[in-house]
Amino acid sequence: MSTSTINRRHFLKIGITAGGGLILGMEYLASCSPSGSNAPAAMQTLNAFIKIGTDGLVTIMAPNPEIGQGVKTALPMIVAEELDVDWKNVIIEQAALDTDKYTRQVAGGSGSVRSSWDPFRQAGATGRQMLVNAAADKWKVAPNTCTTEAGMVFHKDSGKKISYGDLVEKAATMPVPKDVKLKDPKRFKIIGTRIGNYDTKAIITGKQKYGIDTKREGMLYATIIRPPAFGQTLESFNQDAARKYQGIKDVVTFDNKIAVLGRSTWEVMQAARSIKPVWKDDGTLESTADYKANFNKTLEQLPKESKRKDGNIKKGLAAGTKTFEATFECPFIPHNPMEPMNFFADVKADSVELYGPIQLPDKARNTIAEKFKIPKEKIKVGMTRMGGGFGRRLMTDFVEEAVAVSQLAKAPVNVIWKREDDMGGGFYRPMALYKYKAATDSNGRLIAWHHHSVGVTGNTSREDNFPAGAVPNLQVDTHEYKSPVTTGPWRAPIHNYIAFAEESFLDEIAHGVGKDPVAFRLELLEQAKAQPVGKMDYNPDRYAGVIKKVAQMAGWGQSKPGVFQGISAHFSFQTYVAQVAEVSNVNGQWKINKIYCAVDCGTIINRSGAENQVEGAMIDGLGHAMFGELTLTKGKPDQTNYDRYRLIRMREAPPVEIAFIENNEKPTGLGEPALPPVAAAIGNAIFAATGHRLRSQPFMNSEAVFSVQKQQSEV
Amino acid sequence: MAVFNLTINNTDYKVDVDPQMPLLWVIRDFAGLTGTKFGCGIAQCGACTVHLNGDAVRSCSVPVSAIGQQKIVTIEGLSEKGDHPLQKAWEEVDVPQCGYCPSGPIMSAAAFLKDKPQPTDQEIDNLMSGNICRCGTYNRIKKAIHLAAQGGKS
Ligand code: FES
Ligand code: FES
Repeated sequence: MSTSTINRRHFLKIGITAGGGLILGMEYLASCSPSGSNAPAAMQTLNAFIKIGTDGLVTIMAPNPEIGQGVKTALPMIVAEELDVDWKNVIIEQAALDTDKYTRQVAGGSGSVRSSWDPFRQAGATGRQMLVNAAADKWKVAPNTCTTEAGMVFHKDSGKKISYGDLVEKAATMPVPKDVKLKDPKRFKIIGTRIGNYDTKAIITGKQKYGIDTKREGMLYATIIRPPAFGQTLESFNQDAARKYQGIKDVVTFDNKIAVLGRSTWEVMQAARSIKPVWKDDGTLESTADYKANFNKTLEQLPKESKRKDGNIKKGLAAGTKTFEATFECPFIPHNPMEPMNFFADVKADSVELYGPIQLPDKARNTIAEKFKIPKEKIKVGMTRMGGGFGRRLMTDFVEEAVAVSQLAKAPVNVIWKREDDMGGGFYRPMALYKYKAATDSNGRLIAWHHHSVGVTGNTSREDNFPAGAVPNLQVDTHEYKSPVTTGPWRAPIHNYIAFAEESFLDEIAHGVGKDPVAFRLELLEQAKAQPVGKMDYNPDRYAGVIKKVAQMAGWGQSKPGVFQGISAHFSFQTYVAQVAEVSNVNGQWKINKIYCAVDCGTIINRSGAENQVEGAMIDGLGHAMFGELTLTKGKPDQTNYDRYRLIRMREAPPVEIAFIENNEKPTGLGEPALPPVAAAIGNAIFAATGHRLRSQPFMNSEAVFSVQKQQSEV
Repeated sequence: MAVFNLTINNTDYKVDVDPQMPLLWVIRDFAGLTGTKFGCGIAQCGACTVHLNGDAVRSCSVPVSAIGQQKIVTIEGLSEKGDHPLQKAWEEVDVPQCGYCPSGPIMSAAAFLKDKPQPTDQEIDNLMSGNICRCGTYNRIKKAIHLAAQGGKS
């Protein structure tokens, strides 16, 4: 199946670089529609840059923001492959935001590789063909009698060879070839191999700069005091004490916030503590218990319009010989990127410079242009490597704040958030409540499925996801609950929780009708293939493929004494992932021994990076399912640092075994898809072991099952 | 406000700051060494780990006034050429994702490997559980520590 629709026309820009060499820029007008994600609709111009020096060194631009998903390494690998150069001669440069040259300078929706695959290959192959044509012209031979390898052009019959570096100046004067041939994947030398993260050397020596490290001439550090509870506004404050602190340069206020500026991070944070603002509210601040009660109330009624309707849900449920019901609770969780939020802004009379960790630089520029009435062309945006984001850096609130502060203080500023500000600052994964009903017929086949949910977001479902397509009577109903708590995409938005709810519920149904959970899923996928119902966004064969693979890896169904298994599978960002978790009882505690994972993400670009993403996503999913919960008391977050908010640590991370389905399909998303299935794999294994169903997260709260030690003190 | 003379990576620095200022911020904002990271500020994540006379400490929770004559080593000073066995192992195993945390676990592990040159899995678990990697690279971190302990041979 196709990953996304890309229509394009392209043209090349050629120029000689100042230091000699060829710049090959390729522009595509691309329209691409990633589905099943909160990814922004992209319809922009893409432009990949190649620079070849006369010394044979090849510079490849990395236009997309790097957030730890590995695109700064993976995207240039695609260009280098088709260009046929030796990886050790490749230099990668992070590009700044430039919508004339590039399109989709985005880190989000697991979309960088899948939307860049075709155009980046084209860019590399076109470059290679120009170099071949230049050599052929020089040797007076036909281009199709020339071959390339590792940055050289060869002519077999005459035994001639020449390096790209010696050809670039001539190549730059050659006409731009059209319809170049792409490599046969069988001949890939770079794609599919293990290549280390390009920035590792800088990272491990402390030289890599992140946004939080930005320091410029005349720059002030700033910290911002924001309303501590969602729904509060600023009434008054006294800044006298703060201004007296050593190193403090200014105090400004805007939008119910107060910013303290000075020469160092700690001094501004310390001075800010002396400001004791008076906050006010309208008396309707909600606590976690209020949300729970209100969610339950909301689900007493169906919404006016369904998100999806197949067959007749009422009749389907009534016709069942067995019916099932389950409720799942999903807590708010913060993103907690390791690098706390921060951003640099320098607002001058006639221009603005923005620099920092941002997943959507173009959106940031547009927002600033609009909000501050500054022409777009006057705003320059540079992207730093990001210390994680998990969706938080898809927002632009932190850029807007930096601009406001710089404008008011008339100075370049780096606004740095304390962890407490970061964790208490909102844009959380939405809290939600899910109620499912299902029915099976006398053969134990699933004939009805009703999804009914409410949450602090527009759509708490992924209505076209499995098991949609496999069930004759299916209905999806969602409600939005309005709240002053800000929510936003969190790694694998919505998928990250519904996969738990739905894969747990399917497991429950399989057990209820006495079928093996693997066989039950495969039967549903057979059904979806033979008689698909309504819109279906997955390929049943590829879906079944990962389930079979992981079952085989884990020795599913074979008895392993004392070991209990649970399976789960989920499709997101066009990628299929199935996982089997194994638990066993160690000294009265349930312990996760190992998680197996099979992934079909089409062609693998960087095997090392791909495994790292999958493993990291699994550990992330596991950690948040086990421990992640942000609660509110009268609108105020109860957990704002790692002493009260528990993140997974090394001793809690189980070994994982990962296998990729090897095929030549187009590459699909990988930064997110391995996260959603893991919680249900664990929940289902716990059910197999104990007969107890985990129906809310974090699992840590389920004392019946996990007597997990409370947050350990510092090691 | 007071003047402090510090030795960081064998270089002398003189700073005039609040005695309560945590070492982390002196290192980052005054010495300009940004390889030591801020994560939580309350000794919970390990991102700010540095060596104080060879021991790993959370620099966010040590006031500058407590340093005295002790020698400070940060990630920038761990080795001359970035070739400490742990740094080499981090590269070999391709550990980082976002790359924000690594100086913490590398500095923690460098200190404990001196006392425990051949740690077991469980010892690594215990000694490294004060370092959070939000990207979840724990298994690779463990592999890299073993690799470094075995002199770079896997
Ligand atoms: S910043 Fe020091 S331990 Fe987190
Ligand atoms: S690599 Fe991102 S926090 Fe460890």
